[in-house]
Amino acid sequence: MTNTPTELKYAASHEWLAADGTVGITDFAQDQLGDVVYVELPEVGRVVTAGETVAVVESVKTASDIYAPASGTIVAVNDALSGTPELVNSGPYEGGWLFKLDVTGEGDLMDAAAYEAANN
Amino acid sequence: MVPFGGWDMPVQYAGVKAEHDAVRNAAGVFDVSHMGEFRVQGPGALAFLQHVTTNDVSKLKPGRAQYNWLPGVSGGLVDDIYIYMVAPDEYLTVVNASNIAKDWAHLQRHAEGFDVTLTDESDRWGLLAVQGPQTESLLQPHTDTDLSSKKKNAFFPARLFGFDVMLARTGYTGEDGFEVFTDASEAETIWDKLLAIGLTPAGLGARDTLRLEAGFPLYGHEFSDTIHPLSSTYSWVVKEKTHVGHEHIRTAPTQTLIGLKLDRVPVREGYPVKVGGEVVGHVTSGTSSPTFGHPIAMALVNAQHAGADVFDVEVRGKDHPATRVALPFYKR
Repeated sequence: MTNTPTELKYAASHEWLAADGTVGITDFAQDQLGDVVYVELPEVGRVVTAGETVAVVESVKTASDIYAPASGTIVAVNDALSGTPELVNSGPYEGGWLFKLDVTGEGDLMDAAAYEAANN
Repeated sequence: MVPFGGWDMPVQYAGVKAEHDAVRNAAGVFDVSHMGEFRVQGPGALAFLQHVTTNDVSKLKPGRAQYNWLPGVSGGLVDDIYIYMVAPDEYLTVVNASNIAKDWAHLQRHAEGFDVTLTDESDRWGLLAVQGPQTESLLQPHTDTDLSSKKKNAFFPARLFGFDVMLARTGYTGEDGFEVFTDASEAETIWDKLLAIGLTPAGLGARDTLRLEAGFPLYGHEFSDTIHPLSSTYSWVVKEKTHVGHEHIRTAPTQTLIGLKLDRVPVREGYPVKVGGEVVGHVTSGTSSPTFGHPIAMALVNAQHAGADVFDVEVRGKDHPATRVALPFYKR
């Protein structure tokens, strides 16, 4: 059973967005991907539009595009992932966060209940 | 579960890395029942198999298995296969799942004029690949056959957990192991018994990382209807004889299959491989190696560039350096 915190918002493409603009992938997504071995993050200062490809998470199996769950400017990235990408598996909502947005507008997002219902 | 050759197959159970490590260090089991099995029998069986393959089937004795190729009429490979000799004039061939229909049509077409009967037994057989250094010790208590007396490529009937099966000391992981040919209706029961004696269930994901580390080509990636099979290091599969596609196999390949290692960025099938900014080939299979902890790949490159020590692989528009390393990456 995977974990879906109620205080976050969720994209159908399995990213979560926190109220402070932090973005990561869901526990469900990391579980499906398996062992994460590499994360490619966007550059700080980049302006992105909701739905745009902004990062790549690679497991042993495959490379998965990560889409911006909101429009805005990238203000921080999780540099720890370059040396320890497995944080995405061990703490998808904590140490495995990907980047932080200064949000100007959210994309089409769901609450935790709707996200869980969509992935059952 | 993902569709694979018309079957729904598990990519992973506990996770690719855990399954991979179990096979390298202990033992795991793969359900490869999706693979195809054709029986070839009759007074013309040997002559027919010699005609449609590149390796020397006359070297086989009953109870022995051989890796072999089905060359195409106009080049490339129809498939790469295993041939198991059951008895004089009787062989069982195992073919790739995605090629069953194509292989069957090809063999039927070339059987004309040979005193041979072909039977598609793909639905009759379950096939469980038990692989890893502990395979023999884990299986031995459950069969009366002395497994230590069976060498690589042995093929023999046995009773396992009280079921009549065929065992072959073959595999596709670079580890020791046995492949268990079962009646399809008994495969699930035997699978459960294998898990109960401590084998780790392993999926397609680990099968791919294991075979890639071991440098084994996979049809659809390193072999195809158009790729010259001698691009690979498997020239020993072609022996002195005449066969279907003879003249094509004996032309010099224009590409060479090489091994690459990278520092961090995994590279995947289709990514361009460059020397000095010029595209000289492409990745055929790539992953992050669970054994070595860095990305590895096989790539087909133009033969005149195959000796270069350093290449670049283009990943999402950016070039990343890759070092050529000898195949296989891993040898037990």
